[in-house]
Amino acid sequence: MICYIPIMPFALKRDEKMNAYEIVRAARAKNRPTSIDYMERIFSRFTEFHGDRRFGDDKAIVAGIAKLSGMSVTVIGIEKGHGTKEKVARNFGSAHPEGYRKALRQMKLAEKFGRPVVCFVDTAGAFCGIGAEERGQGQAIAENLMEMISLKVPVISIFIGEGGSGGALALAVSDEVWMLQNSVYSVISPEGCASILWKDASKIKEACECLKMTAADLMSLGVIEKILPEKDGLNKLCTAIKKELLASFGEKLALSSDELLERRYQKFRKIGIASVSAS
Amino acid sequence: MIKRGLFKNPKNQLEGNPKLQKYAVPCVTDEMSISCPSCKKALLNEELAENFNVCSKCGYHFRLNARQRIRLISDGNTFSETDAGLSSQNILDFPDYDKKLENARLESAEKEAVVCGNCEIGGYHCCIFVMEPYFMMGSMGVAVGEKITRLFELALEKSLPVVGFTVSGGARMQEGIMSLMQMAKTSGAVKRHGDAGNLYVAVLTDPTTGGVTASFATEADIIIAEPGALVGFAGPRVIEQTIRQKLPHGFQSAEFLLEKGFLDDIVSRILQKDYLTKLLFLHDRGRKS
Ligand SMILES: [Zn+2]
Repeated sequence: MICYIPIMPFALKRDEKMNAYEIVRAARAKNRPTSIDYMERIFSRFTEFHGDRRFGDDKAIVAGIAKLSGMSVTVIGIEKGHGTKEKVARNFGSAHPEGYRKALRQMKLAEKFGRPVVCFVDTAGAFCGIGAEERGQGQAIAENLMEMISLKVPVISIFIGEGGSGGALALAVSDEVWMLQNSVYSVISPEGCASILWKDASKIKEACECLKMTAADLMSLGVIEKILPEKDGLNKLCTAIKKELLASFGEKLALSSDELLERRYQKFRKIGIASVSAS
Repeated sequence: MIKRGLFKNPKNQLEGNPKLQKYAVPCVTDEMSISCPSCKKALLNEELAENFNVCSKCGYHFRLNARQRIRLISDGNTFSETDAGLSSQNILDFPDYDKKLENARLESAEKEAVVCGNCEIGGYHCCIFVMEPYFMMGSMGVAVGEKITRLFELALEKSLPVVGFTVSGGARMQEGIMSLMQMAKTSGAVKRHGDAGNLYVAVLTDPTTGGVTASFATEADIIIAEPGALVGFAGPRVIEQTIRQKLPHGFQSAEFLLEKGFLDDIVSRILQKDYLTKLLFLHDRGRKS
């Protein structure tokens, strides 16, 4: 069971002229919908499964199976939670290794049963702490990257808020990555970037621009496939996502798994290659 | 706890004098002897070099550049470099990145933060990559990701094992999301190489962190580390800031990782060539040249 917390149907809208810093703030906004809000509107009969069978159950990641119209799909989301108590329980959406291993376990089951996978990404990053290091945060992420790029079922990742570095990528080595208009995806937080670059964390606005972390930037860099507009509000957005998922999975399920995997490999193979010079 | 970074190549020796670079040995100063940062004993430069840049008194492993490592590990003149000319550009127009690249090239005398190629180790032909600590602390941008990916693709085509030495501060911030994508790209190439039944051995050296730890460094069939090497996902300072407490002594050291089950073994630099030769022998399918 996921716990349904009534939320304000937060107006997902933006002024077309928002700068990168404003988009980062919107992506982190307190009342922004979280993974479960999308899951409950897009899917039916969601059944949550817990645990990684190795260490524990990381509540920062919610995983299970559900119906997308008539299609069974595996659904995985990084969940920040609403309200202080739930946020703390979910570690503010920063997963430990066991969270990534739980996600991987569900992906391998999806592969076994031929179900497509949908991942919702919303995290400031994988958790940095003693337990996380002791249990192999780096190894857990690396294993997900290696297994996702060769997972024999279609995978689509949707960035709904923050996409923080390796902790986001660990659920985003996908056939397609879609981003909400006001979501971000970056190798480092703008605060971290500002303090390394200018030794001054207050230069966050400049860092937001430099990192090219908005959906529009990433689209033009060829890193993502689709931008989902937020202006019509959460319910309409979810209806649109549902339609897009059905169409995209329909297309991908028609491919042989060899073809699917070759396309996924080549997609990541090509990113940024034009920026390398040979002399 | 070993103090790190004390023997970073002095910048002023190299800046503005490109001719000097080829002969610069990063760990050794102009003087005849050097004091070990771990045990503080004086070591003669010549003896240190003969002992693989390992302190003969306490076993402290001094930092090596990529070419020094290749000389220590490969047989005679068997190393032949691949993709030597590949280098990153300032694709995102990131402030000061052009200058950083320029300085890194001067400081390391390399075009990028990894050197790739093929060589023989104990008579066994293999592909090898060695990351370069003096090039922006081995950070991974598009060129590093591309060179490593091409090496695994070459090794797959020729059914060769890959031996890789990692040292890295993580993804290269100045290439933004493009550097993050290298984690996915290299993981794909490692996976294809491995799925075809080929061996990959990683040797983690001090320090290996961030996006390199969270991709090809920990994806090897056999993972060993040098004694005392710092290996982790998040850097110790970031963790201390996050949890607001001091980290225990030896946290994220190779010895700590071995105990937690994330390393196959810790192998002193002095024994590494024999160890790697043994691994290649044990995995040999009758291809000894
Ligand atoms: Zn010593």
